[in-house]
Amino acid sequence: MVAAAVDHGAENRAAGGRQSEAIWAVLEAVPDPEIPVVSVVDLGIVREVDAQSGRVVLTPTYTGCPATLVIENMVRGALDEAGFVDVRIETTLSPPWTTDWISDVGKRKLRDYGIAPPRGRGERSVECPQCGSAETQEISRFGSTPCKALWRCCSCAEPFDLFKCH
Amino acid sequence: MPSLPPIRPEDEVRARERRGTGAFDAPAADEPDLSLFEYALRLGDDSLILGQRLAEWTGHAPSVEVDLSLANMALDLVGQATHFLNYAGAVEGRGRDGDQLAFHRDVLDFRNCLLVEQPNGDFAQTMARQFLFSTWQKMLFDHLTRSKDEMVAAVAAKAVKEVSYHEELSAEWVIRLGDGTEESRQRMQDGFDWNWRFVPELFDMDELAREAAMRGIGADLTILRDVYHAKVRSVVEEATLVLPSDQRPILGGRRGHHSEHLGHLLCVMQFLPRTYPDATW
Ligand SMILES: [Zn+2]
Repeated sequence: MVAAAVDHGAENRAAGGRQSEAIWAVLEAVPDPEIPVVSVVDLGIVREVDAQSGRVVLTPTYTGCPATLVIENMVRGALDEAGFVDVRIETTLSPPWTTDWISDVGKRKLRDYGIAPPRGRGERSVECPQCGSAETQEISRFGSTPCKALWRCCSCAEPFDLFKCH
Repeated sequence: MPSLPPIRPEDEVRARERRGTGAFDAPAADEPDLSLFEYALRLGDDSLILGQRLAEWTGHAPSVEVDLSLANMALDLVGQATHFLNYAGAVEGRGRDGDQLAFHRDVLDFRNCLLVEQPNGDFAQTMARQFLFSTWQKMLFDHLTRSKDEMVAAVAAKAVKEVSYHEELSAEWVIRLGDGTEESRQRMQDGFDWNWRFVPELFDMDELAREAAMRGIGADLTILRDVYHAKVRSVVEEATLVLPSDQRPILGGRRGHHSEHLGHLLCVMQFLPRTYPDATW
């Protein structure tokens, strides 16, 4: 499924004009409601901004993510406040969201916040976001939200969340 | 006063042939695709009912980590149900959305398989049910990602990654409890003994399932059966358990013939929106 990992959000952004850039900037200030240190853009939830036809396309992270509606409302509020009242919000399921779309900035912010970012392809070990040790183990496959698993560091004994590969 | 021209027999024939095209006719409505509606309902109801069952564990699981796992799996399943049932409502075209289909249908109108409505029992029984279902659902959704129906394909592609987590997690518990203490092994064996007779229904190709498969919307379940049994057998063997001998299969869920358990589940699930019909979040 390498093809699905292509980040069309980033591609789309590079192709946009000045107006699109302004909308992207607004969205960059919209935090994820569950992990407020990262924005909806960092997470790759924003798939497309089309200033010309006046639409923003979002995709849910998980099928049952209860934050989906909250995110839509927050994006709506931010767009309205910035004067983009005519910009529509659309939702797409396809292609399905993947953690590959989390930006490098987003991964760094997650780690600084104490959440181990999702592992890259083929990466086996998980580094403790507190002390950097690779001596870690899974406690529970499901953490505080559907996107996270609960881990523990064997070096510093701190428990931490791992953003699951998805 | 001008009189209307008489209606001749040929006029009547023409009117019958070109129904819905006259100036006084209501515009011809597109006939809803009722097989697609029914197929989406089956997919949605499976997820909804199992999601509700798992949610019953919230606050009661053996440990807080397991509690979280079960609640999150429930969330995934209810998310799938939301997509499938909203879609079913849109296909039906009678103004019903996912919420209405979930909360304002009676037991006879539910199309889920019997396995998902089985009671939770103890944790082992719940995990046996989950393993038998998620292994099947994972194979089905893998197949449905290639469905000719765009929406079915999109939801399946979105959900399949989550379902593989459900399969892995439940398989791990089957092995851990089966290959555990004498008591945990017995309980897991009892879990399989209870749920195993509802597996044949998962592969039953009735008329609607055949039609959906023929149109390329649904999956031909018969070709998945052998792989499924091989998968189940390998986990069950690793868990040192014994698969029950094949009993008379119990069918009927897809036609609305449910066990008593579903009615009780719906009583709880549907209570609030039925008692307070205008309640909103
Ligand atoms: Zn550490």
